[in-house]
Amino acid sequence: MLNLLAGRILGAIGVFAALLALAAGPAAAQNITGAGATFPAPIYSSWGEDYAKAGGARLNYQALGSGAGVTQIINRTVDFGASDSPVASERLQKEQLLQFPAIIGAVVIVVNVPGVDGTKIKLTGDVLGEIYVGRVRLWNDPKIVALNPHLKLPAIPISPAYRADSSGTTSIFTKYLSSVSPIFKERTGAGNAVAWRTGLGAPGNAGVAAAVKNIKGGIGYVEFAYAAENDMQALQLANGSGKFVSPSVPGFMEAAAQADWANAKNMAADMLNMPGEIAWPITSASYILVPRNPKDPAATQRVLRYIDWSFRNGSATADRLHYIMLPTAVQDVVRQQWTTLAANGRPLWPAN
Amino acid sequence: MTTPVAHRPLTAGRRLHIGDTAFRISLFAAGAVVIVVLLSILTIMFVGGKQAFDTFGLGFISGTEWNPVTQIYGALPAITGTLLTAVLALLIAWPIGFGIAFFLTETCPERLRGPLGVAVELLAAVPSIVYGMWGFFVLAPFMAEYVQPWLTATFLWIPPIPDTFYWFTAPPIGVGLITASLVLAIMILPFIAATTRDVLQSTPQLLKDGAYAMGATRWEALTGVVIPAVRGSLFGAVFLGLGRALGETMAVVFVIGNAIRMPDSLMAPSATIASVVANSFPEAEPGTLDLAVLLALGFILFVVSFGVLAIARVLLRQERMS
Repeated sequence: MLNLLAGRILGAIGVFAALLALAAGPAAAQNITGAGATFPAPIYSSWGEDYAKAGGARLNYQALGSGAGVTQIINRTVDFGASDSPVASERLQKEQLLQFPAIIGAVVIVVNVPGVDGTKIKLTGDVLGEIYVGRVRLWNDPKIVALNPHLKLPAIPISPAYRADSSGTTSIFTKYLSSVSPIFKERTGAGNAVAWRTGLGAPGNAGVAAAVKNIKGGIGYVEFAYAAENDMQALQLANGSGKFVSPSVPGFMEAAAQADWANAKNMAADMLNMPGEIAWPITSASYILVPRNPKDPAATQRVLRYIDWSFRNGSATADRLHYIMLPTAVQDVVRQQWTTLAANGRPLWPAN
Repeated sequence: MTTPVAHRPLTAGRRLHIGDTAFRISLFAAGAVVIVVLLSILTIMFVGGKQAFDTFGLGFISGTEWNPVTQIYGALPAITGTLLTAVLALLIAWPIGFGIAFFLTETCPERLRGPLGVAVELLAAVPSIVYGMWGFFVLAPFMAEYVQPWLTATFLWIPPIPDTFYWFTAPPIGVGLITASLVLAIMILPFIAATTRDVLQSTPQLLKDGAYAMGATRWEALTGVVIPAVRGSLFGAVFLGLGRALGETMAVVFVIGNAIRMPDSLMAPSATIASVVANSFPEAEPGTLDLAVLLALGFILFVVSFGVLAIARVLLRQERMS
């Protein structure tokens, strides 16, 4: 809901800015318009501001949600679309779109268990899945106690919180749970919005965070950036090697490095439940979509230049906002993909 | 200095006649706009939602599973949540609103009457998002900490319907049916109080004076004379409040708990038609079943609200006619 509001407001600002730009005449040629996922909106906007200050084109990004971003780029009403979950190959083919990752984020699990330090709690994906289908209902359930023999877990109900609005964060989280918990896959499945079997829904990251803070025994999933900025207690999860890890930027980096980028179809590399010493299991990329057959090749080139500039100069901003840059090797793979774009027989990249 | 305007004779003929006709036509158009808008909304809702009714038939109304992943949609949980919260809100707001109205018309000192009346009306001016945030950040934690444990302990004697409904026995999570009903009750209170006050004021003074002259107490005058005289209108006031509670969206999204499942207690998280539409609409793409079910939900809400308002009209009119 908050996202919806923010999206509307940003959208309105975007339209207003576009009108101003039109009024300014030739300057309109130096604009980039994008729309889509709310999760990467802060980093895309900050990069856009920095890029404009450095003499680049001005970015208008409308955080309308991943679904809207895909629709808008299919209709070619924006220069690029952004989606938290990768778009299926057939659809990319049919709509003539190139998909590439631009930034990495992670989802962390925050808890509120009275008398227990949340950062000490260890869970496996399997048990987390059972919590979210309502099979594990108390914090002192034998399955949780077995993983945490040294903690004094209280006999209070577990209240799982989830996103009430349709969300890319939900998509990443449910995809992870579906891959590690058979019962969750069977009873709930993965998607931007799913049929939750237990718990309560709250609007936006802020809503889920507040619900967990308010409810004794609460557990919820939020974007890492959000948890970090609000100083929330994030628990430890078992990763692909069975090691219990706390969410950390190096852990996200390791997960990104472990992913099989070379063989990933449409660059949608699976980063979930990666093995490693510190690799965090719920790590995922956010994607950008550009047309393969652009009506306005110069506009697509402006998008590529903006992303290229951000890859080279954007890491300080990403650190500050708690996002994770793509590994440099992956950035090169992305640039390699750009060279397949062409208009009127001329490649769009390199753009100079 | 103003130049005196020459009075046109009323019999100026055709010019006036044309103006008169134009005036009548524009008035008719203004009235017709309302009908056209209403009908077109209803049509668009129905046409847009037809895919949902075609796919699920009556099962769309009676189905209890709402699953975007498997694309199976049943609206019963949302309909149940909508009706439960609205009726509960009414049960809470009605006695209070009636008390306010009776206090204002009968026993309130003259000096207080104005300020109190304004305060009640101000409640109606608070934007619903403010009620939502207050409900979520202030009321919900309070409910979880104090009210819900007390409710559970107090009403433990009500026999549960095993595996179906446990009344007041549920984990105290703050948000849910009861909290949403409370917030809704506060939101519809000013409507019920104001309408009831107007109805009570319309009771002939002669009747009341007669009752008091007979030695009736205020309570006796109220229950024996005033209420019987305006009974229908009082129900009308209640239904107006109900209509508002049915469609409230923003405040409900914050406090209902947004669980599209059949509630298993009065404290369980739930969902209303309006909250489901608000949550799902931004990502529902044109031409998909996801959008069709939301429009169909809107159609159902429209029909329910229309029915409630129609009942209110009938009840209010009965009174005026008698």
